[in-house]
Amino acid sequence: MTISIDPQKTNNESLQPKGWLRYFSFSLDHKVIGIQYLVCGFLFYLIGGTLASAIRIELASPMSDFMPRDVYNQVLTLHGTIMIFLWIVPVVNGAFGNYLIPFYVGARDMAFPRLNAVAFWLIPPSGLMLVASYFVEGAAQAGWTAYPPLSITTPQSGQIIWILSVLLLGGSSIFGGINFIATIIKLRRPGLKLMQLPMYCWAMLGTSLLVVLSTPVLAGTLILLSFDIIANTGFFNPVLGGNVVVYQHLFWFYSHPAVYIMVLPAFGLVSEILPVHARKPLFGYTTMVFSIMGIVVLGLVVWAHHMFTSGTPPWMRLFFTIATAFIAVPTGIKFFNWVATLWGGKISINSAMLFSCGFIINFVFGGITGVALAQVPFDIHVHDTYFVVAHFHYIVYGGTVFIIFSSIYHWFPKVTGKMLNEKLGILHFIITFIGFNLCFAPQHWLGLNGMPRRVAEYDPQFQFVNQISSLGALLMAISTIPFLINVFLSVRNGKNAGDNPWNALTPEWLTSSPPPVENWEGEAPLVEEPYGYGKEISEQK
Amino acid sequence: MTTLDSSKEIQKNNSEVNETHEDFRMFGLITFLIADGMTFAGFFAAYLTYKAVNPLPDGAIYELELPIPTLNTILLLVSSATFHKAGKALLKDKNSDSQKWLFFTAFLGIIFLICQLFEYFHLPFGLTDNLFASTFYALTGFHGLHVTLGTLMILIIAWQSRMNGGRLTSQNMFPLEAVELYWHFVDGIWVVLFIILYLL
Repeated sequence: MTISIDPQKTNNESLQPKGWLRYFSFSLDHKVIGIQYLVCGFLFYLIGGTLASAIRIELASPMSDFMPRDVYNQVLTLHGTIMIFLWIVPVVNGAFGNYLIPFYVGARDMAFPRLNAVAFWLIPPSGLMLVASYFVEGAAQAGWTAYPPLSITTPQSGQIIWILSVLLLGGSSIFGGINFIATIIKLRRPGLKLMQLPMYCWAMLGTSLLVVLSTPVLAGTLILLSFDIIANTGFFNPVLGGNVVVYQHLFWFYSHPAVYIMVLPAFGLVSEILPVHARKPLFGYTTMVFSIMGIVVLGLVVWAHHMFTSGTPPWMRLFFTIATAFIAVPTGIKFFNWVATLWGGKISINSAMLFSCGFIINFVFGGITGVALAQVPFDIHVHDTYFVVAHFHYIVYGGTVFIIFSSIYHWFPKVTGKMLNEKLGILHFIITFIGFNLCFAPQHWLGLNGMPRRVAEYDPQFQFVNQISSLGALLMAISTIPFLINVFLSVRNGKNAGDNPWNALTPEWLTSSPPPVENWEGEAPLVEEPYGYGKEISEQK
Repeated sequence: MTTLDSSKEIQKNNSEVNETHEDFRMFGLITFLIADGMTFAGFFAAYLTYKAVNPLPDGAIYELELPIPTLNTILLLVSSATFHKAGKALLKDKNSDSQKWLFFTAFLGIIFLICQLFEYFHLPFGLTDNLFASTFYALTGFHGLHVTLGTLMILIIAWQSRMNGGRLTSQNMFPLEAVELYWHFVDGIWVVLFIILYLL
């Protein structure tokens, strides 16, 4: 059975607002939705960053003198929740996925445009609700993990708003995932084979599978938790015969894959960016594809490595340690493939390339500490210390956020038709890279020496190292300034980019910048070799 | 190959161009049902874990009465068959037959819900009595919510198929096929639930 697409109906051009107003409308254009995701996510990043600054100011001194302890707990909970559910997941999936995937599969839009718009418009209200919960009776205090019994005993209204907000964001994420799977599998241009797709498509396919398989489990778990809070049931309340460890299992069944939901798309994006700026084909395409799928499968069976101190039986510790260690194999393959892509390439040192290289460096460090944390004896030693904080910030900030910036520098010319200023971009990179490492590298030492996480006060012997870390956080906060100046100046009077400033071969560059409403005038091009760099030169010889 | 002129032509008459592609709404629905199934899988996993590791206090172990849930299982299985009949009838352009089968399916769904409520009112335990009771109500309640939504959707498509001039025709089978798939899914979940919760 076939359906006919009537552009008048699908895009309703005559009814949609024009110019900047369309970014505030229920637009069905995947490019508009992508930008909506990105800008909305970035605003929440600024809020989450402000909260992070508050945390680092508090931790500059050993006593809780900047804010009361319960406010500190609220701030760290909001910081974690906002950064994960409102910045990284929507941006690295929703923003770049919506913008790029239809180009990559040679389509005019996503498979389900209306569902797509619904998925985006769930985000601003739930995000605002979450932030507003601070002003009601205090926001949730139980951390982004919302472990019971803590989440059951802290003030109820904040926790319930937190649950509602995360449920809505999870729904948005599932709708997005369904859309990506359908688009990549079903909406490919005739003649385009799966193994010819740019790597980001594979990354998004894997990510979306994880989203569809694991997010519903979190939704179910949070519904049970809300029953515990409102209806006085005892699913996770030991006093009423419940079991807190069951919550942890169900929670991490989603939240470990969530790590890959945050980092796999970044793997895909860096695989797009490196070949363009190194003028070389992506090394080991097939191994990349199998590594992604390997990570997807393994990512679903390693969750209990977050729970080695929760009374897990020895066989469980053994299994989850080994399974986790195995993930290092596909990840290592990808790492070596990126390095091999750069090897001998004609590398342009620009902001996109610098941020991508920063990603590789930070990520390999975060990966090594990750393998270390998977080992039970070591994990028990540093569990719930700053070592864990340092580890996952190396993955999500040093990894994913670096790639988000790299992608913004890479695709800004496509989206706006203007170039970003390279000098400001490189300044942005230098401050971010130094600030990030200054902030989080010392936290490994703090964790190894036993400083617990999520506590407003600490032993005075850690003060000096904490101050170094806070200095790094200050640099990270400052680093946003050149970036924002750069974006505002370049949108107004940046250098004209032309259609393809990087001479890239992936399909999104084969149309005008910014692209027309339905992506191509005329038929979509068939790109069989998205990474065929360096060939024309050898042919000329 | 499109020439430059004809591509301009396409641009100009954009609203008149009709491209066709395969219908993948069903594919999207299947993906969604997999996600929905994972929610149930989470609940089942929680229930089975509780059963294995959290011994219930004395007096909290119940022999569940089987007649009503067995009747409910039969009701749902029969309703799956009648729904299938409705689809067959619509395919042969017998719209009024199809509508009758749909209403009958919805009727069976409503009977199921009434039986479920009847069972709730006659159980010896309430929602917050103990862990088993809470899990029992959460699982059957979540499933009952699905049956309620399914029944409403069946009534909507039955309304849409009203004789001539309805939206549901043999040319536009998607609404019926989508709801049918959803209904079979809900039935399948019930069978698993019945085995795990009542028989195990």
